[in-house]
Amino acid sequence: MDHIGWLASIKVAEEEKVGFVAQFNSVLDYFHQLDELDTEDVEPTYRVVDLTNVFREDVVKESISQEESLRNAPRRENGYFKSPRIV
Amino acid sequence: MLRELKDELAAGASAEERIFALFEKIKRSKLNAYTNLPEDSALERARQFDEAPWSGLLAGVPIAIKSCISTRGIETNCSSRILEGYIPPYDAHVIERLKQVGAIIVGKTNMDEFAMGTSTETSYFGTTKNPWDLDRVPGGSSGGSAAAVAAGEAPCALGSDTGGSIRCPASFCGIVGLKPTYGLVSRYGLVSYANSLEQIGPLTLNVEDAALVMEVIAGHDPRDSTSIESEAGYLSGLDGGVEGLVCGVPKEYFGEGVDPAVEKSVWDAISKLEDLGASWKEVSLPHTKYALAAYYIIAMSEASSNLARFDGLRYGLRLGADKDWHTTFSEIRAVGFGPEVKRRILLGTYALSAGYYGRYYLKALKVRTLIKQDFERALKAGGADVLVTPTMPFPAFKIGERIEDPLSLYMADVFTVPINLAGVPAISVPCGFADGLPIGLQIIGRHFDEKTVFSAAKAYEDATPHHETVPKEVV
Amino acid sequence: MAEKDVIIGLEVHVQLNKLNSKLFCGCSTKYHDAPPNTHTCPVCLGLPGTLPVLNRKAVEYAIRVALALNCEIQGETLFYRKNYYYPDLPKAFQITQYDFPIGLGGKILIKGEDGEEKTIRITRVHMEEDPGRLVHAGTIDRAKYSMVDYNRCGMSLLEVVTEPDLRSPKEARSFLDKLRNILEYLDVFDGDLEGAMRVDSNISLVGGERAEVKNISSHKGVEKALAYEITRQRSARRRGVAQVQETRHYDELRAITVSIRTKEEAHDYRYFPEPDLVPMRVSDWVPRVEAQLPELPDAKRERFVSEYGIADDHAKSLTSEIRVANFYELVAKRASPRLAAVWVADVLKGELNYRDMAIDNFSSDQMVEIIEMLEGEKITEKGAVEVIRQILDHGGDPAGVVEAKGLAKAEDDAVKEAVRAAVKECSQAVADYRSGNEKSINFVVGQVMKKTRGRADPGEASRLVKEALDEM
Repeated sequence: MDHIGWLASIKVAEEEKVGFVAQFNSVLDYFHQLDELDTEDVEPTYRVVDLTNVFREDVVKESISQEESLRNAPRRENGYFKSPRIV
Repeated sequence: MLRELKDELAAGASAEERIFALFEKIKRSKLNAYTNLPEDSALERARQFDEAPWSGLLAGVPIAIKSCISTRGIETNCSSRILEGYIPPYDAHVIERLKQVGAIIVGKTNMDEFAMGTSTETSYFGTTKNPWDLDRVPGGSSGGSAAAVAAGEAPCALGSDTGGSIRCPASFCGIVGLKPTYGLVSRYGLVSYANSLEQIGPLTLNVEDAALVMEVIAGHDPRDSTSIESEAGYLSGLDGGVEGLVCGVPKEYFGEGVDPAVEKSVWDAISKLEDLGASWKEVSLPHTKYALAAYYIIAMSEASSNLARFDGLRYGLRLGADKDWHTTFSEIRAVGFGPEVKRRILLGTYALSAGYYGRYYLKALKVRTLIKQDFERALKAGGADVLVTPTMPFPAFKIGERIEDPLSLYMADVFTVPINLAGVPAISVPCGFADGLPIGLQIIGRHFDEKTVFSAAKAYEDATPHHETVPKEVV
Repeated sequence: MAEKDVIIGLEVHVQLNKLNSKLFCGCSTKYHDAPPNTHTCPVCLGLPGTLPVLNRKAVEYAIRVALALNCEIQGETLFYRKNYYYPDLPKAFQITQYDFPIGLGGKILIKGEDGEEKTIRITRVHMEEDPGRLVHAGTIDRAKYSMVDYNRCGMSLLEVVTEPDLRSPKEARSFLDKLRNILEYLDVFDGDLEGAMRVDSNISLVGGERAEVKNISSHKGVEKALAYEITRQRSARRRGVAQVQETRHYDELRAITVSIRTKEEAHDYRYFPEPDLVPMRVSDWVPRVEAQLPELPDAKRERFVSEYGIADDHAKSLTSEIRVANFYELVAKRASPRLAAVWVADVLKGELNYRDMAIDNFSSDQMVEIIEMLEGEKITEKGAVEVIRQILDHGGDPAGVVEAKGLAKAEDDAVKEAVRAAVKECSQAVADYRSGNEKSINFVVGQVMKKTRGRADPGEASRLVKEALDEM
């Protein structure tokens, strides 16, 4: 659970862990019923549209302004998004 | 109903008065159907319409928009704390289309947080109540949109359907809801929950209105690479009737687990369709029981990736002093997401992680193929033209009844999720009541055959009174 | 020196900055001098609800590069999501290619350490988007916060991955120089722009684990970083410390590599196909793109040798940069190709490098004029060099510079006169020479040069003086 929390970037509090793990396991058990099916020769369906080769042309479209870009930023400085420290 | 509204507006009724009255109603309401009401902009637009009316398929018509569809200048929070206050700088494609035909956006509706749920109970802003019984859920995840339309707090609304999120609340609230064929309606501007499964669709009081809204919102969008070129024309042929229509009735959608009142209502509906000239035959969709597991694995996996962007850096919730970035983001997400969302992100992360990808995600995609083939086989030429089933296995349950047990909530989607896996269109129309609670009839069509779905639904609706019943609870 | 025990592989990220717009949205690619967050839109900012749409020309460029590197273009190619968190990645996933990349199995020829031609195999070429850029208030490990600029986010990148065929830092450098050259020939990127080419390298000693060295942004940097790594790994091995698989960050200022994480904490990227994009089937574009490929460096070099009759070394030097090659051909059309080769490859290039200038600072017309003056014996070689230097430093045109600086070659008579006079005056030196001291002739020649104010051709003056002295 800790590793998954780390991968998902969600801090799972100690008191939550037990509950989550239990629910996790019951849901995973439910998922395991798929093991009953033999899908050896079945192709996976990634998308239900049959499209290929959808493109746009290499044409410049106007960008939004710096102000619009930053409008919802909780913290900003000098036109940049302010991020917590890296280390 | 929209037709009458348009006629009244064309005859000189004031849009401003209408919308003002709507806002009054909403503010008095006990339903909690809305999360945001852009009163100033809506009234201003209505005023402009009154002064110099414009024409368009929805000219002057108020419409409510589910909170996860991006509206420029209007808060779009997906009923989540982590997006509270987020105001997009752009309109979703469907919003642009609505504006082009003169519609007026009156509000953003409540939903399950990030569309994850079947009851609207996971909303950060409190659950929405079912207008037919305030102690019960309106369904989800587009519960707010459905309740608003059912209660007369909006003449029509947009919702989104990933695993039944339009059809379930339509069924529980006694209105019409359509999940279009995947690819018909642009997803540009729909905050993604599960990209390969979801579509935006209409929630209305009758079939004609749903077709009208589809006429406006469907169509190719170059900004959505999964969007299909299609012809409109949903309004023509609506009254085609069901003479000669072959209805497939999948046996897996009846029997154990289905409320007897629901089953009876649906069989009555099938009889009614026979009376109108259709015929029915039993079909089988043998992989139905595996659909829920396949659906949830796929949806959670995609969701775990789609929701990873919410970290408080570019928009949304940010807490006190920052620590290092990973800790800060992890804490924001722990606090900003509700438990159901967190659960799905964690499960989805797990399903995609090294060593498990083949067992869960890839397996689910293969099962998806089998389910899609089930539908194609049943609906092939010479087989059935449409499939008829209950939308939900039971009517609206009580608030709080299922929310503590996630798995039991997931089970409620058993009849709706296979449709999303296959990408086919499906509509829910009211077909009866159980102790005063609405029951929904689901009509499923072939890919891109909305026409047949609409005309079958319309024929049934014209021959029944259900859609005219209004909730008594509504003020 | 070629080490028998060193194994190096490279992952090169090339930014297709010659496209007009980004990979999945229409924002302009000309962000390099712009204020932060002014070349963004809802799509490249990853705002909720936005979707990517693929730039057709980027795919064409990718095919161009893959073909030039002798890769096979895949029949069906698609995009994946690489999921990880970092402040510069707004969607918390990068849209990239994983299985089914656009190009597989290519090669580049370089000159190996032993002077022989060597094949470096290209594992794959694939497309992906660039993340944004982090700016730190101070060094990365000390800064209290960081700032993010998403202007770069969404730019088209091509990743070129080699097999671990390289055996020395010098070979790595050679490879990068060749790759950059090819890319500039293909006109898909401007290698001078900041961030245009970024290199990650994998290096190990035979029998040991490898270290991945990231964050190298220049070819010189690669050579230095790898040289440092080899030393570091060797000395660790001598001390009995085993190399573990790890990631190291190259610190340009201190010219060292610093460990940042071991592979145990390796990211699990949870790759899955990007649901918002559809597959590409573009192998039928190959014939057209192939037909439109320009002449590549190796082919051009061979043609220079056969068409212009110049030495291979000169041809190599001239084709090492497309702009130089084009310049040369403009000159060789109108003046002696052999002389042009010498004067462009040996002299002009040298003067430009010394001044850190590009060849755009000199015109082919000017070079033609200089060569004509040389052939017509209007200036000496020394004079020609001086003309080039003057033009680079102060501008002007050849004839004007010759006039102003008095560089016209001294006429024969004037030289002969100066020789006569010098021989007469330098009696001591002449005597020394005639009694066996060969070197004394230089003094006399020096006097000739003085008398002609440097305009005599030194070689000729020397010859004439010797002739005169030998006749005495």
